[in-house]
Amino acid sequence: MPFIPHTPEEIEQMLATIGADDIETLFDEIPANIRCQSLDGIPPAASEMEIAREVQAMADRDAGALNFIGAGAYEHHIPAAVWQLTTRGEFYTAYTPYQAEASQGTLQLIYEYQTMMTGLTGMDVSNASLYDGASALGEAILMAVRVHRKSKSRKILVPASLHPNYRKAAETIVKHQGIELVELPIDPQTGRIDPTALEQYSGEDITALAIPQPNFYGVLEEADELTAWAEQNNTLVIGVVNPFALGLLKPPGEWGENGADVVCGDGQPLGAPLSSGGPYYGILCCKQAHVRQMPGRIVGRAVDADGKKGFVLTLQAREQHIRRSKATSNICTNQGLVVTASTIHMALLGPVGLRNAAALSMANTRKLVEKAAAIGIAPRFSGEYFHEVALQLGQPAAGVLERMAANNVLGGYDLGQVNPSMADSILVCATETKTDADIDRFIDTLQAAL
Amino acid sequence: MLIFEHATPGRRATAQAPATMADIDLPKRFARKSPTGLPEVSEMQAVRHYTRLSQKNFSIDTHFYPLGSCTMKYNPRACNSLAMLPGMLNRHPHAPLSHSQGFLQMMYELQEMLKEVTGMAGVSLTPMAGAQGEFAGIAMIRAYHDSRGDAERSEILVPDAAHGTNPATAIMCGYKVREIPTDEQGDVDLDALKAAVGPQTAGLMLTNPSTLGVFERNIMEIARIVHEAGGLLYYDGANLNAILGKVRPGDMGFDVIHMNLHKTFSTPHGGGGPGSGAVGVAERLMPYRPIPVVARDGDTYRWLTEDDLPDSMGRLSAFAGNAGVLIRAYIYMRMLGKAGMPRIAEFATLNANYLEKRLVEAGFDAAFPQRRASHEFIITLQKEAKELKVTAMDFAKRLLDFGFHAPTTYFPLLVPECLLIEPTESETKEEIDGFVAAMVAILEEARNEPDTVRSAPHTMPNRRFDEVSAARKPDLRWRPGE
Repeated sequence: MPFIPHTPEEIEQMLATIGADDIETLFDEIPANIRCQSLDGIPPAASEMEIAREVQAMADRDAGALNFIGAGAYEHHIPAAVWQLTTRGEFYTAYTPYQAEASQGTLQLIYEYQTMMTGLTGMDVSNASLYDGASALGEAILMAVRVHRKSKSRKILVPASLHPNYRKAAETIVKHQGIELVELPIDPQTGRIDPTALEQYSGEDITALAIPQPNFYGVLEEADELTAWAEQNNTLVIGVVNPFALGLLKPPGEWGENGADVVCGDGQPLGAPLSSGGPYYGILCCKQAHVRQMPGRIVGRAVDADGKKGFVLTLQAREQHIRRSKATSNICTNQGLVVTASTIHMALLGPVGLRNAAALSMANTRKLVEKAAAIGIAPRFSGEYFHEVALQLGQPAAGVLERMAANNVLGGYDLGQVNPSMADSILVCATETKTDADIDRFIDTLQAAL
Repeated sequence: MLIFEHATPGRRATAQAPATMADIDLPKRFARKSPTGLPEVSEMQAVRHYTRLSQKNFSIDTHFYPLGSCTMKYNPRACNSLAMLPGMLNRHPHAPLSHSQGFLQMMYELQEMLKEVTGMAGVSLTPMAGAQGEFAGIAMIRAYHDSRGDAERSEILVPDAAHGTNPATAIMCGYKVREIPTDEQGDVDLDALKAAVGPQTAGLMLTNPSTLGVFERNIMEIARIVHEAGGLLYYDGANLNAILGKVRPGDMGFDVIHMNLHKTFSTPHGGGGPGSGAVGVAERLMPYRPIPVVARDGDTYRWLTEDDLPDSMGRLSAFAGNAGVLIRAYIYMRMLGKAGMPRIAEFATLNANYLEKRLVEAGFDAAFPQRRASHEFIITLQKEAKELKVTAMDFAKRLLDFGFHAPTTYFPLLVPECLLIEPTESETKEEIDGFVAAMVAILEEARNEPDTVRSAPHTMPNRRFDEVSAARKPDLRWRPGE
């Protein structure tokens, strides 16, 4: 019996103790007319050897391509130690640290994570993580509405330069609470938030402005100017960042005069493999003043009965298991295991490693753009970019990408999926994992597919 | 010691990133000037530090972990090693269908297996945790009523024994919450339910077996009452492990359910996530499933998105949820197979009833002694707290010294001084007997040397914490120069 250790003798002994004739008797409180007879749609059990063969074949079907797609999920080198340590049973098979004394490993690690994330973002406080970047944006918006009590409009400016699926997930999460997400258009020239469109909202009661950095098109937003506008307009700023880019970029805590109020993003680029889109984790940081409106787990340092320092889950009066219908969110778990990997990943990179990996990613994407120029392909936008860029192909991108994929090069993300007017453009990313030979292969394959 | 306290300026794990900084043309106005504060340590220092940290955790791999309502069963290693094959880890979420058929086939088959074990018409795998599955479910109920122009329904009914996520979810979906009391037998109070339903009822959220560790015997009557009032019935799948292959939520009359794949289908709890809260729906809620969903057209698989499901309750994540968790659940289900599914419920229930009986024989009070335990049960230490001044918390902390993770304490809220105990099917009789012996020894201590119990734990890295001070003056990050 897979994963069940009982011997026939033990079953007899246990039933005798209970005073039941057989195991079936233990289910006698379930009405007989609704009992399940047989699960015919489930295949017979596979042994470990059999399932390994099948899953290997499925994995092989999808493997082997050279990938230049980013669009919210980025391929990076992950040190071997990261997941070897993360899958130690003591991390892998523990649960939420409800018993602090028996969970100091997980608790201290989360405290270290919170310290690293506040350092990277330049914010005062980090929680222990949310599900992913998109749902974290939803929670950041709900949090901004709770924090900014003077603002009555519950209107949030969400730029079209923000990841389209982030906008959709945020809409799903906030739409039942009378919150309006207002789309802010981009300047088709630069690929940034259109400053004249923003100007039209000056003087209006706007609860918060979301600023992606870099934005979905890889372009760097004028975060200081946007934050300055928000500060003048008494609007909160929600920064939506790629934490990997923060090795090089000005942290949101330093934007404008006083920095962003709430920061979210996806932690995937710091230690999580692409893995078909998850599990990743959501970052959520804020200013000190907002901490009691933060959703999710938070770890704090505490003192025990002997005066010795240690770590506990804290500020739990915000959470659903205490506050029930009055909680800041229904969120229960975080993405503990991925945060474990990410914390180890950040420790192994250190400040110089993170900066150098980010710089090489940026340099590689520039190299790709220069080589694309030699075959007559130019960036779609004029705005400065980090490690991802929109290239205009002059013909339908879908067909080009399909022909590249047939040669096992995943050439990018088809921007026509976001906006039909961009159906001739692709979004391309060359991280530090790409060699000169990889970039040459991309160019050769692209040229052949045009 | 924190990782930051191991750091030395100028030290690096040099094998892990480019040695030098590439030339880049980043304009000054975008550039970072302040330090990131990441620690400067060698690779071995980091490995040693995090290995030592791991050793301060209790986990399923090291300890019996009978945390009620959390289903801390064995997590088979094959599920992890196969989910971490390079072809699984390296697939980009936006990879074209030509490079996704292996993954999509697996997800499609997982959807089909989950439909079969729950008796639902359709499944979406995208919710990333139980609480997100609840959100998706209640939002679907809302979308259903709205689509019929039935906009007056403003209330979600929640039994008082429910998880805190239930009422919190209803609020996030814009509903008011009305609590329904539980009767003395642990069932929903039917008279109170009848009095509560009406044209304002959007639905009822129910966990079955409930968090009281008993099967809701009147489920068909409850379904009738809610449905006749025009409401829908939501199944919180937290306790699906108890009934797997024995009775299906779809056959009990539920319209929408979430499953905690990290409980029933044994994906790792990871120190608090990632979970997976896949949802299942009855026929009338099919159009509202969260996207994306996997479909099969002949021999090929593809995603259903906004175009295919225009009435979907929406997207919940940037991509398709916690794929790596779903892969692990798929492998586990395949290894159980048809015959293995009901065995999970059978042996989880056998272990729970055996453990309850042994504890009662040893002098402990069961909260519902006249009922069968499901896969979990409640011991109330009200008597011990009153007579010996030793609380459920004291027992929980002392258990740690005996090498057992504590059961869930003080939940559900309606049973005083309670321990909610869930041994799961993967534990041996010896382990359960060892737990009983520890409980008996602690009861003996509570009579003879109660301070030993009240001041426990004594053998952990820390003693009990001053959590009140920690919450009053939160210290949430390390600062340089400490």
